[in-house]
Amino acid sequence: MTDWLFLFEVTLAGIGSGGLYALAGLAFVIVYKATRVVNLAIGEMLMMGAYIFFAFASGLQWPIWLAVVLAIVCSGIMGGVIERLAIRPMLGESPISVFMVTVGLGSILVGLVELIWTADQRRLPEFMPTEPIFLGEAFISSKVFYGFWVAVALVAIVVAVFRYWRGGVALRATASDQGAAYSMGINVPRVFSLAWVASAALAAVAGIVVGAIGGLSSSMGVFGLSVLVVVIVGGLDSVVGALLAGLLIGVLEAWAGAYLGGEYKLLVTFIVLVVVLMLRPYGLFGTREIERL
Amino acid sequence: MRIATAKQNYMADEALFDTATQRAWMLVFGLALLLYPFLANDYWLYLACLVAIHAASATGLNILTGYTGLVSLGQAAFMGLGAYTVAVLEQRYGTPFLLNLIVAGVVAMLGGLVVGIPSLRVKGLYLAIVTIAASFIVHFIFGNLAFTGGSGGMTVPPPVLFGVALDTSFKIYWLIVPVTILMVLGAANLFRTRVGRAFIAIRDRDISAEVLGIPLLRYKLLSFGLSSFYAGVAGGLWAYFFRVVTPESFPLILSIFFLAAIIVGGMGSILGAILGAAFMTMVPEVLRLVIGLLPIEGDTLRYVSPVRTIVFGLLIVVFLIFEPQGLAEIWRRVRRFFHLWPFRT
Repeated sequence: MTDWLFLFEVTLAGIGSGGLYALAGLAFVIVYKATRVVNLAIGEMLMMGAYIFFAFASGLQWPIWLAVVLAIVCSGIMGGVIERLAIRPMLGESPISVFMVTVGLGSILVGLVELIWTADQRRLPEFMPTEPIFLGEAFISSKVFYGFWVAVALVAIVVAVFRYWRGGVALRATASDQGAAYSMGINVPRVFSLAWVASAALAAVAGIVVGAIGGLSSSMGVFGLSVLVVVIVGGLDSVVGALLAGLLIGVLEAWAGAYLGGEYKLLVTFIVLVVVLMLRPYGLFGTREIERL
Repeated sequence: MRIATAKQNYMADEALFDTATQRAWMLVFGLALLLYPFLANDYWLYLACLVAIHAASATGLNILTGYTGLVSLGQAAFMGLGAYTVAVLEQRYGTPFLLNLIVAGVVAMLGGLVVGIPSLRVKGLYLAIVTIAASFIVHFIFGNLAFTGGSGGMTVPPPVLFGVALDTSFKIYWLIVPVTILMVLGAANLFRTRVGRAFIAIRDRDISAEVLGIPLLRYKLLSFGLSSFYAGVAGGLWAYFFRVVTPESFPLILSIFFLAAIIVGGMGSILGAILGAAFMTMVPEVLRLVIGLLPIEGDTLRYVSPVRTIVFGLLIVVFLIFEPQGLAEIWRRVRRFFHLWPFRT
């Protein structure tokens, strides 16, 4: 029954990386819900977070926990700056224009990383326990295992924050009706900033974990493509959708990678995307938009 | 100052180049294009051909995105379809190159129609992602089909015209530039017809267009088909120009390049696509020159590619924020200045 064991292991690894997809998907959904901006640069923001961490942990040799905190803070600031400089002026423009602005941002971030750290592959310092984990007989790489739990913890925190904290409630209010939120005294522009800061900070965490598992390079933004597929399959504005779709895509990619070969991973993801969109154009859990004349 | 331009009949009003000045300048431009290959060196000829190919493809994308309002990030993949078609036809069947180019366009068009099918159900960003998906699938097929030489790619023999092999930049210029001019004129004329007007109506508000009796699916598909036809022919020219086609020749970044070109040039403007394509193609070259001149110690080439990436992104962002109508709008302002001179605009 070794085949079943192999399948089990692959599935576990898939769930592990699916957790990261869910986390990055969450970073995407926060921005989309609050500001209706489709952030195609999500993969690059993730990469930037990972590189900032790399700079502190490896470049300056500061302790890991401090580097993590600093990377999150710096990424948050970066998110705020991006929102203020590039997204705020685009308020009210067509969604496609804003979408293209984020494409441009992604390109700028990739260029910056290549300029500062060159395009070579980098390795993050080891900061997670390296003992392999066994679940019954199945083997899981420890990085994937801990990465998954980091993702789960963060997702839980974010969901709780959305539910109970004032800022989170403001964010949900803005998401459901901007005008009404404004008239209830919610500072909508500040919510926009908050959403970008939170999203960039979450992306940084996801980036650090992804970087720890797969190494750093300026092409990490490709991860963002899978994340996009995840959020679209889940429905752009649904947190639950992003989480479930993250796990789904993670597992499917792991299966495709194990049984068909690495080059099939993205292919399978995109085929799933096309199939889902043909069946349910608004994703599995997305809100169906009603158009009136 | 622009005087005596009152239109006396509908023909004059509808003319593509409606003033004598404009016609005179077009004549000058045409003559310049004729003389250019005799005056320029190989490097500038190479750039001119590249600009022409990019302009053809950008014009195609502009039909789809600028005029019909359907964002596509698959233009490079359709170019790839065209390039591979040309490569296969040349290598295996040796058919004449004009036929190859047309078949390349048709094959890409069929691909575009398939990708366009979801366009009625999904819109905006969803559609953009579907086109990304399609281009990944197309890439995968190129890379894994024995027919297309797998990851090694294919070489393309030079096109032969009246027994002369067009194998230098100077010779191939006479193929690429006329074809591009034909395609651009075709696109310019398209928007004076019923079909072109329907595209514009769909862009402005698709549901209203449907209420006005424009069958959405048919016209959206038509737009996809036309745009990919342009991409396919441009891809065929590309294949003849570089004479080797590999699965990596048409990456996603090239699709983004074309979208950036029409944004920088001006969405929904024929002139815009050309200006944008020329501008975006030339900027990296100018950058390389500038960086070469800068007094930086050590290996300056290391900075070229990242700076190019940054400038590429900055151009998109800056144009969208400060000049959303693109270079075409700047051009219009300049023209308006001369029309109204000596009065203030």
